[in-house]
Amino acid sequence: MSWFRKPSSAPLWRDEFSVFTADERYVNRRQFTKFLTLTSFGMMVGNLWILTKSVLHREASYPRVAIAAIGEIPVGGVKTFNYPGANDPCILVRTGSDNYVAYSQKCTHLSCAVYYENEQNRLECPCHQGFFSITDGAVLQGPPQRALPRVALENKDGQLVAIRMEGESV
Amino acid sequence: MNSNPPQKRGLTAIDGAMVLIIILLIVQIWLLSATLESYLAGHREAAIPGAIISAILFAACFALYRFVDRIDSEVRRRE
Repeated sequence: MSWFRKPSSAPLWRDEFSVFTADERYVNRRQFTKFLTLTSFGMMVGNLWILTKSVLHREASYPRVAIAAIGEIPVGGVKTFNYPGANDPCILVRTGSDNYVAYSQKCTHLSCAVYYENEQNRLECPCHQGFFSITDGAVLQGPPQRALPRVALENKDGQLVAIRMEGESV
Repeated sequence: MNSNPPQKRGLTAIDGAMVLIIILLIVQIWLLSATLESYLAGHREAAIPGAIISAILFAACFALYRFVDRIDSEVRRRE
């Protein structure tokens, strides 16, 4: 069984560069179909790449970093810090007398810095008006498609300690 | 009795196959972006079904390309 065209006695150039208009229509369509099929192959390679990255993914290890003292910031106040690396800005918000939450400050849309909007009790990205829930970092409104990665906190000897990132894939 | 010449019938078949490929490609582009979006959100379990479905869509596109290639070859040889 032949997978492709039947071998022709005519030279390849005559097949591919016909001087007849009727043949030209066929050649154009076949070439375009080949281009579409190659694009489809590219898409499949993209999906396989994501699969490979998923299979080879290792859980990252995070440092334990003290980021603030309990009571250091007032209720409704914020403090920015970097975690887990020096170039990963995060925001700590005191939402109640005993409640603290911390998220990555990079908007999941285009990485603008989000800030805490006290009146609405939510996080806002000023670049494209994206809003995130202060409770879990979920998207409330706007162009972002993913929730803000959350910083897990631990209370240790009167200090708030960042122990890991949650909801972060790469 | 079919009054269409083989040339025209062949072109119609190829046009139909091309439209099908374009539809499959649109689905595949959407699938890739959705899989990437969920991977970046930390949902790695979507990667396996994404890759399988993408491979099936590519196989369908490839089969349609073979069909176009065969029709092209047959119709042009007949003349």
